[in-house]
Amino acid sequence: MIVRISGENQYRLDDGERERLNELERAVIVRVDAGDEQGFGGAYQALLEFVRANGSPIGEDEIETSDVILPPSDLTLEEAGREFTGEGLIPD
Amino acid sequence: MAGLGGRMSTVVKAKVSKLLDRAEDPAETLDYSYQKQVEQLQNVKKGIADVVTAKKRLQMQETSLQQNVVKRQALSSGQEDLARTALERKNVAQTELQSLDTQVAELEDQQQKLTDSEQKLRAKIEAFRTKKEVIKAQYSAAEAQVRISEAATGVGEQMADVGLAMQRAVDKTENMRARADAVQELEAAGTFEDVGSLGSGEDDIDRQLKQLSSQPAVDDELAKMKGELGAGTGSPPTPAPQIASGEGGASGGQPAEGAGS
Repeated sequence: MIVRISGENQYRLDDGERERLNELERAVIVRVDAGDEQGFGGAYQALLEFVRANGSPIGEDEIETSDVILPPSDLTLEEAGREFTGEGLIPD
Repeated sequence: MAGLGGRMSTVVKAKVSKLLDRAEDPAETLDYSYQKQVEQLQNVKKGIADVVTAKKRLQMQETSLQQNVVKRQALSSGQEDLARTALERKNVAQTELQSLDTQVAELEDQQQKLTDSEQKLRAKIEAFRTKKEVIKAQYSAAEAQVRISEAATGVGEQMADVGLAMQRAVDKTENMRARADAVQELEAAGTFEDVGSLGSGEDDIDRQLKQLSSQPAVDDELAKMKGELGAGTGSPPTPAPQIASGEGGASGGQPAEGAGS
């Protein structure tokens, strides 16, 4: 699947990574629900870092539509409250 | 892909369809929108540059403030509450400046990312142009239409993302400008004293200090006048020249020589 980190790049991830991605996202949601600012920062960066480390960047001349668009890395807890709702960003 | 929640994706998708829905020629639309974005990016960069300048200016003023506080402490020895107020103001301004500094650094970093994204977008538009020709050659007209539209959506997504990132940068810039203004207001209230400023550079603390130091002078003067009156002569005392004599002295013809200050 194709994941975009807004403001950065698009990455191609193995479909097998979906589960791990979901786990990382749940960790973010828990922090958002708890209003845990510090925990949120760490959890969100971990999610982005996973995408960067395990995905291969889409080439500049490749044209792909993303399956998931993750908000930018400087997302605040308050903004996250509006982003990560219900089932989250990453479809099961 | 069902169940894709999240505002981000929704916003991006909405932007893409708004961009391309009415487009007869997606390539033309993408080119046009790209040009507009490049112009916008110039404005974003200018906004960031302004904030960076404001921050630098405030930092310079902060340095003079540091010296000022030392001066004030000396001046107001025995006037603890005044020294305290001066210090408190300095601390507020300093904390604000430090956080402003961090945020400006982040903004500059984002500016670089924006430039990169814009270049990526340019490359994708080029790729789209090539791809379009290939598709046209390979597929029937109807099939080609669908595929070209898909590719345009992909490019549109990149474009929408750059647009959102720019909007974000603009919002941040506005926010920082407001905060820089707030620090500036502290300055106007006298937190800083710009050494080279044309104004008096006085603030309420200065005025209070001056008042305190001028009080004995007033008393002295009163005592002097009383003494002169007591000496008995009726002639009024000649006051010291009120206008500071200019260096050239080319203005008035009156020599008004006498007590030089």
